[in-house]
Amino acid sequence: MSGEAGKAAGGLLEIRDLMVVFDGFKAIDGVDLSVGEGELRFLIGPNGAGKTTLIDVITGLTRPASGTVAFAGTPLPGRREHQIVRLGIGRTFQTSVVFEELTVLENLDLAAGFRRPLVSLLRRRRGVGPQVAAALETIGLQDLAEKPAGILSHGQRQWLEIGMLLAQGPRLLLLDEPVAGMSKDERERTGELLTEIARDHTVIVVEHDMEFLRRYASTVTVLHEGRVLVEGDVAAVQADPRVQEVYLGRKKEEAV
Amino acid sequence: MSALTRGRALLTGRHRGYVLFASAALLLLAIAPAALDPFRLGLLAKYLCFAIAALGIGLAWGQGGMMTLGQGVFFGLGGYSMGMYLKLNDAGTEGLPDFMVWSGVEELPALWEPFRSPFFALAMVVVLPVAVASVLGLLVFRQRVRGAYFAILSQALAAAFVIWLVGQQGLTGGTNGLTNFYDVFGMDPEDEGAQRTFYFVVVAVLGALYLLARQLVRSRFGRLLVAIRDGEDRVRFLGYNPATVKTVTFAVSAAMAGIAGALYVPVVGIISPALLGVVPSIELLVAVAIGGRFSLAGAVLGGVLMNWAHTSLSENWPEGWTYLQGGLFILVIMLAPKGIAGLAGQAGDLLARRRAAAAPAAPPAPVKEEVAV
Repeated sequence: MSGEAGKAAGGLLEIRDLMVVFDGFKAIDGVDLSVGEGELRFLIGPNGAGKTTLIDVITGLTRPASGTVAFAGTPLPGRREHQIVRLGIGRTFQTSVVFEELTVLENLDLAAGFRRPLVSLLRRRRGVGPQVAAALETIGLQDLAEKPAGILSHGQRQWLEIGMLLAQGPRLLLLDEPVAGMSKDERERTGELLTEIARDHTVIVVEHDMEFLRRYASTVTVLHEGRVLVEGDVAAVQADPRVQEVYLGRKKEEAV
Repeated sequence: MSALTRGRALLTGRHRGYVLFASAALLLLAIAPAALDPFRLGLLAKYLCFAIAALGIGLAWGQGGMMTLGQGVFFGLGGYSMGMYLKLNDAGTEGLPDFMVWSGVEELPALWEPFRSPFFALAMVVVLPVAVASVLGLLVFRQRVRGAYFAILSQALAAAFVIWLVGQQGLTGGTNGLTNFYDVFGMDPEDEGAQRTFYFVVVAVLGALYLLARQLVRSRFGRLLVAIRDGEDRVRFLGYNPATVKTVTFAVSAAMAGIAGALYVPVVGIISPALLGVVPSIELLVAVAIGGRFSLAGAVLGGVLMNWAHTSLSENWPEGWTYLQGGLFILVIMLAPKGIAGLAGQAGDLLARRRAAAAPAAPPAPVKEEVAV
């Protein structure tokens, strides 16, 4: 891995001078972020730092007050959520939402199908497409393929969400706290999954869990109070006194 | 296998749907016409018209989560399209429909002129409801109006439609609506043979539309519809526009109501605002809830049963009907949200489990592995 933050000119995702204001509160206060093709980037920061807001802006859920967000050169603000997905950006949510009445396979098939014309959806599903089969294998839920998603455990739901994301065939994946609420084993499995996915996708992970970060992150962007505090590789970020201060509440003098 | 267990297997196995469909077809096509006198058969035809509209509600509400309280509008658009043609046909090439003469209208309104053509009128039975539902759907669903707000909006549409119909006495026949038809595609609607024919047409249309709806529900489109019902916001992040899917479904459901209305006219001999307003629209929705909104068969069953109960009770105990309807609705919502169909399904599953417990040696049905294409 190159280690240093994506500074390649014209990264896949380019955010400049981003401002998001909620009722006078600056949730994001001038963020610049550049993520290059193929990168695995962790986005961390204390509560209220603006991590999820940033993801929401990229995916069209929240409109920025000012600044630019461009994906592969295409400006994103103003587009509807489904249009942004069609450009090749997929996301998961903190609280996983899978369709409980549909089977695991149907959930994946739905995620893989948005490029089909609506008319072709009128036919019944026959067999399993290669994209769906691959996603199912990656998340390891083959045995539960025909079961309704409603019976899945919390961890399995998160994996199904990640699988649905893969089935979409996106260029950029945004994962919002994928290991929140998971058991130790489940975290491990998710970490492996993440490593595997990052091999051939561009991924941004929002995460709280420092242990998980230490194990699986390479490049990290730390947000604090709506701004980028530090950006760099894990070791450097961890050693940075400013990061220690915002996370541990230490005074600057003590940390240095 | 004894005949009994074989019978049970038919009712609980994988072919349950086919068996039930075949039984319903047998009942409606052979047994009912033989057993019922012409008057009762006519009533059944009327209930089946409502069942067609109920099928549409099952699709929009049960599968798509769109609680539509305005299906009366689409029923009316279909019914009036048919009624206008029949009135013009009775009036002849020069004459005016009788109610226009009584209202002092001297020239046929331009709106009526194209309905001289039976082809145009029959097309309008579907085109008008689909057009109105599409425009409404695009406006409303794009703005992410849903749930109770959509229900109230659709109800307001029904109220406005009825007020307009009643107000335009010379154009629409006002409160009386359109009635007194003497010639329905060459048949005398009072004639018993004609009534039988209408009955069979209604059954055939219901069967065809049921199969169509079933195909829709089982397709990828149907899966998508259920996903939108259960998590519309999530579906956007799968790259679909829920507004489009909902509008298409709403339009299909409106078309079904329109066809139901058009069939109702020759069967019952009238179409009037009293059939289309807020109350009949809600009654139809209640019928679907009681029959079981999550199942198409449940919606159809609810449409037939509740209208049958309405007529039967009105004959003997008119004031009781409203109470019974309200009470049943509360009971179903509180105790059996899946309605009669849900209860029947549970009973079937119970039977299947018992059968499985009684014959543990039976090998499990081979699961067909589907291979990538």
